[in-house]
Amino acid sequence: MKAPETFETPAAERVNYINAQYGLKSWLLTKDHKRIGLLYLGSISFFFLIGGLYAMFIRLELLTPQGDFLSSATYNKVFTQHGIIMIFFFLIPSIPATLGNFLVPLMIGAKDLAFPRINLLSWYIYLLGGIITIYALLAGGIDTGWTFYVPYSTTFSNSYVIATGAGIFISGFSSILTGLNFIVTIHTMRAPGMTWFRMPLFIWAHYATSLIMILGTPVIAITILLLAFERLAHVGIFDPANGGDPVLFQHLFWFYSHPAVYIMVLPGMGIISELIANFSRKNIFGYSFVAFSSLAIAVFGFLVWGHHLFVASQSVYAGMIFSFLSFAVAIPSAIKVFNWTATLYKGSISYDTPMLYALGFIGLFTIGGMTGLFLAALAVDVHLSDTYFVVAHFHYIMVGGTLLAYLGGLHYWWPKITGRMYPEGWGRFSALTVFVGFNLTFLPQFIAGYMGMPRRYHAYPPEFQVFNVLSSAGASILGVGLLIPLIYLIWSMRYGKRAEANPWHLPGLEWRTPSPPPTENFLVTPVVTWEAYEFAPPEELRVIGMFREDEGLENADAVIDGKPT
Amino acid sequence: MGAPLAAAVEHEHSHPALQHHFENLEQQREAGTLGMWVFLVTEIMFFGGMFFAYTLYRTKFPDSFATASNHLSLPLGAVNTVVLILSSLTMALAVYSAQVGKRRNLILFLVLTIVLGSAFLGIKAVEYRDKYVDHLIPGKLIPGNPFNPAVAAHGDTDPHKLHLVGNAKVKEVEMFYWIYFAMTGMHAIHMIIGVALLSVLLYFAWRGRYGPEYHNPVEILGLYWHFVDIIWIFLFPLLYLLGRHLLHSA
Repeated sequence: MKAPETFETPAAERVNYINAQYGLKSWLLTKDHKRIGLLYLGSISFFFLIGGLYAMFIRLELLTPQGDFLSSATYNKVFTQHGIIMIFFFLIPSIPATLGNFLVPLMIGAKDLAFPRINLLSWYIYLLGGIITIYALLAGGIDTGWTFYVPYSTTFSNSYVIATGAGIFISGFSSILTGLNFIVTIHTMRAPGMTWFRMPLFIWAHYATSLIMILGTPVIAITILLLAFERLAHVGIFDPANGGDPVLFQHLFWFYSHPAVYIMVLPGMGIISELIANFSRKNIFGYSFVAFSSLAIAVFGFLVWGHHLFVASQSVYAGMIFSFLSFAVAIPSAIKVFNWTATLYKGSISYDTPMLYALGFIGLFTIGGMTGLFLAALAVDVHLSDTYFVVAHFHYIMVGGTLLAYLGGLHYWWPKITGRMYPEGWGRFSALTVFVGFNLTFLPQFIAGYMGMPRRYHAYPPEFQVFNVLSSAGASILGVGLLIPLIYLIWSMRYGKRAEANPWHLPGLEWRTPSPPPTENFLVTPVVTWEAYEFAPPEELRVIGMFREDEGLENADAVIDGKPT
Repeated sequence: MGAPLAAAVEHEHSHPALQHHFENLEQQREAGTLGMWVFLVTEIMFFGGMFFAYTLYRTKFPDSFATASNHLSLPLGAVNTVVLILSSLTMALAVYSAQVGKRRNLILFLVLTIVLGSAFLGIKAVEYRDKYVDHLIPGKLIPGNPFNPAVAAHGDTDPHKLHLVGNAKVKEVEMFYWIYFAMTGMHAIHMIIGVALLSVLLYFAWRGRYGPEYHNPVEILGLYWHFVDIIWIFLFPLLYLLGRHLLHSA
């Protein structure tokens, strides 16, 4: 029986999940969701750096119209590997596996996820898939594009399709297990009083994301498996030479890979809902609309995959229906944007780093979403398909959306995760740098694409050079903007100002436990009596279960916000 | 009799099977059961990809699929269906025995389920072997023994070995076998995993771990086992039965 925690115990001496155990083994065999979240954080950052390196090669090559820096074969590999690493090994696990893993139990008042061992297993599976993919890259790489279209991938490509496919197949199971764990945890592990409609919107977003993970990922798994066998045994259902239909592959591939876009952006929307409400110090406008719009996106997201096949000999009637449904998916997305904006109205807004990222997200996601409507329109898509317009569109969603939300969330919860504050000045500076760099990189690509510059070529007509020079310049700024947080976040883990339990003065459960939290998350099981985003009187903000030694538990209310009154 | 019962009630909050992050066994049971249901949903989507491909190509190549289907052994497939349904019965009885705390019956029914599951796999192996002998394994899946319709039926000297019906084509027959092996092979892998997990359960049942208070692993594996059976219930008519009549009308 350990001594009761008190407020006077200095944070450094308090037992928390980081100092509870030491040594490599205590990390590699941990079942603590918070530690597993950090393991994921480290590994996805590593893959992000590799993916970023490939992006750098792409932007270098495209500085000049001639294909002078990379051969066309190498360029094919570079853009393929940029896509595969960024999508399967960074964007899909990014928010759910790191922040989601860390926060889902904390936010609903649970001691851990429902299946801690499966959670650890998912990290090892992810790592195994990652290692196999890295092997494939080192052995010679893959040049099919991240979409693996047949029959090129089954029959003609001379690159490491099977090894890369194996890596993605395996890492997919980590995503399935994470989704499974979240769904069961949210259903069965909520603290007393934590009703569905008291859950933070971050949790709703993760619930919707998990639905897509468990329903979509198995389909890409079987598709990649069949593809690998078809390549291996020269028999199958995709290659016309075997009597198969390449469009079947595209249907099965996009049945997962379009919803996968929502796996990437929905958790980001969850973060933005938190940031907007909390940094406006105002209850979110239309809580249930924002919550259900997440589910609506998850449902609609499964019915729009055909818009990737508008120019792939899909029936024109199917195309019309998919076009309509793709327009429809804009409705729940717009509901979110309108509700965030309405939340800002008359809020007491503070422009801390996370909020800067959140505001950036709203603008960039809106541009990304609106340009998506161009592509959902059948006739316009025929002109824009496979141009840089598409590239710019999905980068506005994935980088302008997901990456900004991820960075905003990382800053916002950094004091909770590490027990240290990040340097605010540097934070704001880098947030602005990222915003400027991002727009300079991708805005010109809309224009180049609209004028007809095709994607996936290492050379292009000289009249597009001005856009590409702008884009490459922006990418350098973006790169710097991303390196700064990498440096100061690592720095702050040791030298940052010590964080209070509740540095932002918020009502969420994760802020009502010490920073960093103890292994069991809460000193006592919390009982929830308040709504999410209820900016209640200060006594509601005390750390649950913590008391002053001289007063005892019955006066716990006197301890406000981790400070004696 | 009263004393151990009271002790059992006392132990409710510190049952050895209760994991630290759950409040009580009831919560742990709910989580485990829901987890298995969610997992089964992912399994349905996984098999769904293959069912979708099957549906597409059966519609596209009905004659070829009927031809190929006729080379599958109906008696073996039917026997296997009965074996699997029986194993579902014994599995259900095993779950019941665990719930009412009859250890001997639990062990008996787990053994029976393992035996029936293995029998299914054995019969499946015989069927696979027949296909190997007849050179009906598609493509170059087996090195040195490629798909070869010229020797499609063992000892058959008919020049049209496959007895193609209507518009059937050899290439499409091969595709049927590819889908057949993909689906039944994936199903067999699930059976093997099921039998392995049953053996683990059997060990713990023999050690007396399961009783009225704690038997969730048996229930959860029961869900899995029934699910794998249901997949077969769909596979059997789709692969063995559909379209056979086309052959006789031809």
